Amino acid sequence: MSLIRLQGVGKHFGAVRALEDVALEIEDGEVVGLMGDNGAGKSTLVKILAGNYRPSAGTYLVNEKAVSFDSPADARRMGIEVVYQDLALCNNLTAAANVFLGRELMKRVGPFQVLDHEQMNRRAAALFRELQSETRSRDVVTRMSGGQRQAVAIARTRLAEAKLVLMDEPTAAISVRQVAQVLALIRRLREAGHAVMLISHRMPDIFAVCDRVIVMRRGRKVADKATATTSPEEVTALITGALMAA
Amino acid sequence: MQDEALSASPTGFDDSATGGWSWRAWLGSQELWITVAVLVIGVVVSRLTPHFATFSNLGNVLQNLCFIGIVALGITPVIITGGIDISVGSITGLCAVTLGVLLEANWSFWSGALVTLAVGLAAGCFNGFLIAYVRLSPFVVTLGTLSAYRSLAIVVTANQAVYSFGHAEPLTLAIGGGHTFGIANVFYALAVCAVALHFLLKMTRWGRYIYAVGGSEHATRLTGIPVRRIKLSAYAFAGLLTAIAAIFLVGWLGSVTNGIGQGDELRVIAAAVIGGASLAGGYGSAFGAVIGSALIEEIRNSLLLAGVDPFWQGLFVGLFILLAVFLQRLQTMREED
Repeated sequence: MSLIRLQGVGKHFGAVRALEDVALEIEDGEVVGLMGDNGAGKSTLVKILAGNYRPSAGTYLVNEKAVSFDSPADARRMGIEVVYQDLALCNNLTAAANVFLGRELMKRVGPFQVLDHEQMNRRAAALFRELQSETRSRDVVTRMSGGQRQAVAIARTRLAEAKLVLMDEPTAAISVRQVAQVLALIRRLREAGHAVMLISHRMPDIFAVCDRVIVMRRGRKVADKATATTSPEEVTALITGALMAA
Repeated sequence: MQDEALSASPTGFDDSATGGWSWRAWLGSQELWITVAVLVIGVVVSRLTPHFATFSNLGNVLQNLCFIGIVALGITPVIITGGIDISVGSITGLCAVTLGVLLEANWSFWSGALVTLAVGLAAGCFNGFLIAYVRLSPFVVTLGTLSAYRSLAIVVTANQAVYSFGHAEPLTLAIGGGHTFGIANVFYALAVCAVALHFLLKMTRWGRYIYAVGGSEHATRLTGIPVRRIKLSAYAFAGLLTAIAAIFLVGWLGSVTNGIGQGDELRVIAAAVIGGASLAGGYGSAFGAVIGSALIEEIRNSLLLAGVDPFWQGLFVGLFILLAVFLQRLQTMREED
């Protein structure tokens, strides 16, 4: 049984065919890389998975049940979370406040339901410990490094017990040392049983953490191989079209 | 590197919405420095003139700051969300004439006050609706309603002043201008509003979302928080607190002209900003709004007592606004390091 299954999925914007006849599967706890040049259909595919778009054709199954998402909120309810490239954090709030944003823990004090700051700080700290991140619950995001911010965004998905985490270019804008941290975070997510789809332009990242790599070109899937059975050279050839399919 | 947060008190100074309390955040807070400024100016002025530190003068200062302070508390959530409300002076006017006209028509104080609160709330909701749902710019919307609400106030009174409040007059004057245990009644209103806002901002989901919207509206929307409703509620809150201030103001002044509140918007925004609210959104506190109002009123009062030409007041208030913005700039520069 697959966690995610797309069958014959296409997406047209008027006459523009952004995506055509894409089939793919993702299993629980699998880390899948998604590569392709600009305009290859990566982001359309991700937006369909995340619930931003509805496919024009084909079926989208989660746990072998056909789904039809109207918004990312619907997808989130089915356990599909997105870590956006800009991380979508509130810089003026603390790490814990961001992790729990929209899912605050409350406690009862007399007649009032109030925020349970202590509990949220403690649980966020436990999540960061588990991710082996040095991020601290009470630190305000403004003062954090790129890697620590990634940990906050990823802790959010851990808290949500996401089945699939879609990560959009998480390593595009951070330093080399922080890239290593983010890749370590992705491994932790896999250990915790989450499936991850890593959208990236960076070949070394894909080969460092992914079990499998999917290559898109001109709206079609041109390859879907275990990283152990392919090479950066082959993937590059697939992306550019030097190699038509593999 | 940052110091470790020392304790986890849910109240007190902090630089975020989370109730984390640390010495660093406390020392870096603008509220603290403005409080110091208020005290230092107080000491200096009481040395310069014997009339400052008298019970009756300080009582006056306290009473005067309350009217601005309550409205400053009202616009604090609006400013935290990254918005602005420059119509609060006109809402003050509209609420004041509403109460005046109703009392003149022999309504009881309580029913008049209730309708006044409803008018303030409605005026705030209208602003909020246009800003949150029609997605117009907060500045332009409230610039429009600044003009519209003032005009309504003039229409309602047919450009006449109201000098008599019918049979509710004694109660109205006693509530707005009177004292309880030696302290102006309006101060209790300010204290209740300040504690309520502090509680709302630091201890409720609503407050957390107000800060979140100011931090990143986009990120907040992605988490599924109803951003538009939160924004509308901020403007509604501003309208409601403005109405409360107007009710006390009417009783204190003892008469109503349709010019009431004119120009207040600038003093109110100045108070909030001096107290640490950021016009870029994301920061601000209930205590800051009160201490900012206190500073403005203290400057006004001291210059008056010192015999300085009152035309200088604006310059001093302006300097403090610039100082406040400069302090915020220093803070963000430190964070960007």
